[in-house]
Amino acid sequence: MAEHAHKLEIFRGLIKFKSNTQKIIGVLILLSLVTLVEVVLGIYKPAILNEYFLNLKLLNWIFIILTIVKAYYITWDFMHMRDETSILRRVVVWTAVFLILYLTFILIQEGGYIFDEFSDTSNYIKTDF
Amino acid sequence: MGTAVNTTSNEKVWGGGNKPLNASYGKMMMWFFIVSDALTFSGFIVSYGFARFKYANSWPIADEVFTHVPFMHGQELPMIYVAFMTFVLIMSSVTMVLAVDAGHKMNKSKVTFYMFLTIIGGIIFVGSQAWEWATFIKGDYGAVKTKGGNILQFLDMETSKRVSVTDFAFVYADSRNQHEKYNGIWYRDEGTLPLYSVEEVIAGMEASPNIVIRTQILDDKGHKTVLSREESLNILKTTGVSVVNGANLIENEYGAPLFANFFFFITGFHGFHVFSGIVLNIIIFFNVIIGTYEKRKSYEMVEKVGLYWHFVDLVWVFVFTFFYLV
Repeated sequence: MAEHAHKLEIFRGLIKFKSNTQKIIGVLILLSLVTLVEVVLGIYKPAILNEYFLNLKLLNWIFIILTIVKAYYITWDFMHMRDETSILRRVVVWTAVFLILYLTFILIQEGGYIFDEFSDTSNYIKTDF
Repeated sequence: MGTAVNTTSNEKVWGGGNKPLNASYGKMMMWFFIVSDALTFSGFIVSYGFARFKYANSWPIADEVFTHVPFMHGQELPMIYVAFMTFVLIMSSVTMVLAVDAGHKMNKSKVTFYMFLTIIGGIIFVGSQAWEWATFIKGDYGAVKTKGGNILQFLDMETSKRVSVTDFAFVYADSRNQHEKYNGIWYRDEGTLPLYSVEEVIAGMEASPNIVIRTQILDDKGHKTVLSREESLNILKTTGVSVVNGANLIENEYGAPLFANFFFFITGFHGFHVFSGIVLNIIIFFNVIIGTYEKRKSYEMVEKVGLYWHFVDLVWVFVFTFFYLV
C-alpha cells in the first residue's frame, strides 16, 4: 500500500528500522530515555547547572531543549508528520512555532519588567507586611 | 497558450473528493484544530511563565510541593509519581500508534486490542491526576498567611525539616464556632474555619523552642529564607492573619495563590482533554468492534482520533516540564 508508506529512519538516517512497529518501539525507547534523564536531573539538580545563561538557569535550558526533542519525536513519528507533504508540515509547524515564540517573548519580557518594578524600592511597592 | 487551463481537471477540483496537501479532509481539519488548541495551551503555559517571572524570587519550589506517591506514606519522593504519569501517557500514545499501524494493515483484532490498552492508559492517567489534585487540595504541613498575603511555613531548627502546624499548635477550648445558618444570622453562613487560630499557633510556637519560620523569599542558591527564632516569633505575632491548610483558588499553603490557580487551570484543562480523548477513543473502539471501519475498508478514523490523543500527550510533555521540572 503506497499510500501508507512510512519513512523508517530517524536521526537523519543514522538509525534505520525494518518495520513501522520497530520504529515505534525505537521512538518509545528514545522518549523514555529522555524522560529518565529529565527526572534524574530534576531530582538531583546538579549544582554545576545552576549557572545562568540568558536569564535562565542552564538546568532549565536543558529541560526545555529536551522537551522540544520529545515534542519533535511525538509529532514526527507518532503523529506521522514525517510522512506528510512538506507543505502541510510547514503550515502546521511554522504557524504554531512563530506565534508561540512571539507570545513567549512578549509575556516573559513583561513579567521580568513587572518583577523589576516590584523589587525597585524607590517605587514604594510593598508586599511583605 | 502556455497558461491554458485544463477544464477537465478544473471540474475535478471543484467537484470535491480531492485531497489538498495530500491529506484527507478530516485529517487536515484535525491538524488545524490541533494548531489552534496548541495556541490555547501555549497561551496558558506562557501566562504561567509570566506569573513566574513576575514573582521570580518567591515562587514555590515544585519539588517541595508534589512529593507524594500513593501507598508511600510520610516519605518525600519528588518527581516519582509524575514521572510514572508521564510514562503511562507515553505508553498509551505508543499503543495508539500501534492501533493506527494495525489499522493500515486492516487487522481488526489488533486494532481492538491496542485501542483497549490506550483507553486503559488514559483512565489510569486521569485517575492519577485526580489523586494528585486531591493531595494538593488537602495539603500536608499547613502554614500561616500574613496581612500581605504571604505564606509563613514552619521548620525544625535542628533538622531543618518541615513541621506540621498540627504537631505544635495548642487547642483552646473557647475557639470560635463556624457560623452556619442555624446558629447565627439565618440568611448567612461562612466557609469551613481553619483548624487552628493564629493565637493557638503563636502559643504553640512559644512553647516549642526549636521551631523557626521559613518565608517564601528565595536566596541566591534558590533555597527559601529561614528566619532566626526571634525574627520568627516577631513576624508571626505582628503579621499572622490565618492558618492555611492545603490549596484552593484563594489561598495556598505552598506559597503564591497564583501557583495553585495555574496548577488547577492548566492541569484541569489538560485533564479535560484527556477525558474527552477517552470518550472519543471509546466511541471509536466500539465502532471498530462492530466492524464499521471494516465495511468502510479504511481505518482512517482511528488515525484521526489518534492524532488528537498524541496531541494530548504532546501537551503533557510541556505541562510536565513547566510545572514539575523548571
